[in-house]
Order: sequence, then structure tokens, then C-alpha cells
Amino acid sequence: MSESKDTKRIEIRLSGSGGQGLIFAGILLAEAIGIYGDKNVAQTQSYGPEARGGASRSDVVISEDIIFYPKTTELDILLALTQEACDSYYPALKGGGTLIVDSTYVSQVPTDKVYSIPFTRIAREKIGTPVVANVMSLGALAAITKVVKLDELEQVVLSRAPRGTEDKNKAALNEGFELGEKAVKDYRAKFIDAPRRQ
Amino acid sequence: MTENRSYLLQGNQACAYGALAGGVDFFAGYPITPSTEIAEILASELPRQGGRFIQMEDEIGSIAAIIGASIAGAKSMTATSGPGFSLMQESMGYAYMAEVPCVVVDVQRGGPSTGLPTKVSQADTMQAKWGTHGDYYPIVLAAASISECFHMTVRAVNLSEKFRSPVVLLLDEVLGHMRERITIPDKSELELVERRKPTVPPEWFKPFELTPTHISPMAGYGEGYRFHCTGLTHDSSGFPTSDPAEIKDKLDKLKLKITQNSDEICTYKQEHIDDCHIVVIAYGVAARVAQQAVRIARHKRFKVGLFQPDTIWPFPEKALRKALENADLAIVAELNQGQLINEVKRIAHSKVKVDGIFRYDGDIMTPHEIVKKIREAN
Repeated sequence: MSESKDTKRIEIRLSGSGGQGLIFAGILLAEAIGIYGDKNVAQTQSYGPEARGGASRSDVVISEDIIFYPKTTELDILLALTQEACDSYYPALKGGGTLIVDSTYVSQVPTDKVYSIPFTRIAREKIGTPVVANVMSLGALAAITKVVKLDELEQVVLSRAPRGTEDKNKAALNEGFELGEKAVKDYRAKFIDAPRRQ
Repeated sequence: MTENRSYLLQGNQACAYGALAGGVDFFAGYPITPSTEIAEILASELPRQGGRFIQMEDEIGSIAAIIGASIAGAKSMTATSGPGFSLMQESMGYAYMAEVPCVVVDVQRGGPSTGLPTKVSQADTMQAKWGTHGDYYPIVLAAASISECFHMTVRAVNLSEKFRSPVVLLLDEVLGHMRERITIPDKSELELVERRKPTVPPEWFKPFELTPTHISPMAGYGEGYRFHCTGLTHDSSGFPTSDPAEIKDKLDKLKLKITQNSDEICTYKQEHIDDCHIVVIAYGVAARVAQQAVRIARHKRFKVGLFQPDTIWPFPEKALRKALENADLAIVAELNQGQLINEVKRIAHSKVKVDGIFRYDGDIMTPHEIVKKIREAN
């Protein structure tokens, strides 16, 4: 929305393949910001007629102003959990935008300015199931982009998670947040502190 | 749903909760993308609140069931999308003819035929007006936000009860599935309309009595008032007629109960109409895009305004004519190959040029597409 001068507008895409829980992650993110936080949100999704497999994405627009146009045109933040999603949607990320990928599945990144975290592998190893990779990636997104507070996400995860999965989801969220903080340090060391060396 | 609390809801969810708040106590339907969530929620909520939900064998059965329920006194509703809306058309004609209050929600997707089940469209704009045969005057509303999905469902129920007519509520795939914040209002803030019941003794009752308002009181089956109900053109007693005067009276009644009350039925929104040379006209989700476009264009000092009908049939004709008084150009933005534009052309003064932006590739237009058109005109 470069023409709108609406600098407070942030456009986020969570992408991957059907079944990875990205539409659910979009709902969690939007609810954390719009209900537990105090900004306006609009969450939209795109999916084909198939139930699993195929590209899946969930877009979240955040703004302090009223959101009229509910979809995204230039992404500020792109989360890609598969190589296909990363390849398809990277061109929609605007210059200087934030790219976060799941390095379990994304081996070829289109830029070196990327936060690369093996969400699915760590979810499997530390939490015992890969299905919480979506929630883990939201924790990392919170630490890296600061568009949402960890405690807002935690409240919504606890209220929305299927009964009996609250602990695993909460653990995944916190693990993701720590991984995100670490990724920020590595990123700073590489791109912000490093250029000072002669 | 707790009243006075904010929720993040889809348009379809808000519509279902609007139906409950509006007093709908009977829903019959057949699931179809992108409307299914409406049936899903009402299937679980209606029985808990003393209502009835029936999943029918198809959409033909669904519309027939809600007509029957309404004649028995229920506030009834169904929800569907393109292919199902087509199947319902024949019996919707019966409901117009027999003057049966009921609400049909059409969450529009791409067509014709099976088309694009998961993608957006506004191509049922004219079908909602002319879908069934014969002369009739439908009431068709269009929501543009999640909050409107709730409130317009309540209004659709009210209008159907008041005017003894089917009311169509048009949503679309984007609105049906997108999530946005909504505050569920307190029940005391909602005005609910009940259909007028006969006050005469049963033996005097005429179910289609000619009245000054053209709306006849309606008894429910089983309330002691026996009456005949048919799709054949009928006299005030409800029995078929071939008397030319009675035929004309019936068709005039169907027309006048809507056209004489169009000021009450037609609602619309407008922005920056006082000083604009260009008026963007859009309804439903396209109106949201137009709102954003108008803001961008005004920021660039273009004299542009917005006219957004909430009621598309009958179209708010007088209001649009007034909004176009000082305009040279009207731009109609719609998600089809150009349907509502013909109504705008019919209404606009001869000095107003009417142009359109039509998107029908399964996505909504962007604000920039509209801004570009505004810029080209200057």
C-alpha cells in the first residue's frame, strides 16, 4: 500500500502447504493482535478445493487505522514453511521486508537476509511432535518482528488450542520465541555489527 | 457468544450469530462452499436455543422447507452459494407470489455452474433481482464488513417479516471467510420486527387482503385460520383467479408493497459527495476497496467521492441521482463483467459519463486499480 501513506499498515503472510496449520496460525496471530492487543486486524486466506497438500496461505493485515482493503499487496513479513511457498511468495515481499523460513524444508533461500530456523525439526525433537511447528514459528515471528507481544500470543494459544494440547503449544511458543531472539542476535552480528570490520 | 464483547469472527460466523439474534428459529440448508460455516454454526446453536435445523437433500428441498416453516409461523432462513442459489430460484418465485417471509443468504463465488468454489465474485447481482420468472420486486441487501454481516442478517429478517417477502442477503467468499473484530451488541439494542397477524375472526380472514400499505396480515398454519396458499395467481382469499382485475391487483400489490416503501427499505452510505466530480460506486467487498481508493485519491487531492448502496434492490435511485448532481464521471467497481453498471447508467443524468472497473478472475480488485482509473480521468 505504498500509495496510501498509511505507514502504520503492516502486511504479513504465513505460508506453507495444506495441513501445516497456517490458517489456524493466522487466526491465532490476528486474535492476539486484534482482541488481546489493541490494533485493527483483518485475516484472509487462500486455498484451493483440496483439503491437504497444495499451497496454503493465511494473510494478516495490521493497522492503527481502519482496514478497508483486507488483502495484502506488498508484504512486510513473510513466513514460509516450505520451499514451494518461499519460491512463490518471496517476490511479494517488499524491499527491506522480513523473511522467516523453516530450514527443515527450505534449503534454498532467495536472499541471505533471512531468519532461518528449523521449526519442524526442533518441534519434533524438543516437543515430540511436528504439528506445533506453526505455533513455534509464531513465537519466533513475535521475537523477530515485534508486531505482537508474547503474552498476547500465549493467551490466545491457551484459549484456542485443542484441549489436552495446551502445554505442548505453550512450550512450542516459548521455544519459538527463544529461537527468534537468537536468530535476531545472529542476524545483527552478520549484517549490522559485521560491516564495521575493515 | 457473550453480548458486549469483542470477537474475531468470519463473515459467515457473524451472519449465523446475526440470524440467532434476529430471531431465526428455523434453518434448512445444504452445505456448499463458501457458505458452509453458516449452516455449521446454526446446526449446533439452533437446537440449543429451541429452534430447528434440518440438513435437506438439496437446495430445492431447503428453500421449500423454509417456506413451509415460515407459513407455520417460524422466522426461517437458508444459506447457499451460486449453484444452490440457482436451484432455489423456482421456489423463491413461489415465496414472492405467496408472500412468504424468509431469508436467503447467498455467499457469492465464481460462476457460471460449479465455477470457482473457493474464490470471490459478485456475479449474482442480477440473478438476485431477476433469478425467477415473472414480475416481482425483491429486497436484496449487501454487507461489506463483518459487523454488517451480523446487523444486515438481523435487518433481512426484519424486512422479510414486515413486507411479507423473501429477502436476499448477498455476501461473498472474501467477506464470508475473512476475520475481523466485531462487538456483539446487547439484545436490547436490536429492534426485532414481528409479522402482522390477523385481528379479525378466522371466518373473515383474507390472507391476501388488499390494504393501503399493500401488506396483508399473515396467520400461521395451525393458529386456527384456514387459508389456501398457491403459486397460481390468486385473489385476496388465496384461491386461483383468472379475473383480469384481480390478476392486476395481485401483481400491483407485489410491486407497490416494495416500491411505495423504497425510502424505508433503501439504505446507503456516501463519502465526500458534496465537493466531488467523480463518484465511485460499489457494494459489498468491492466497496471496501473503493473506500481505500477514495482515501488514497483524496490524499492526492482528486475530487472524488463514494456511493455505497447497502440495499442493491430496490436500488437507492433517488439518493444516487442526488449524489451525481455535480459529477461528470461515475466509476462502478464490481467483481463481475459489469452488472450493476447498467442500473447506474439507467439512473445517471445524461451528462454523467459512466465507466466501470470489472474484476472477475477470482480475486478482489486492488485500491490502485481504482486510483489508476481516477487518475486517468483527470
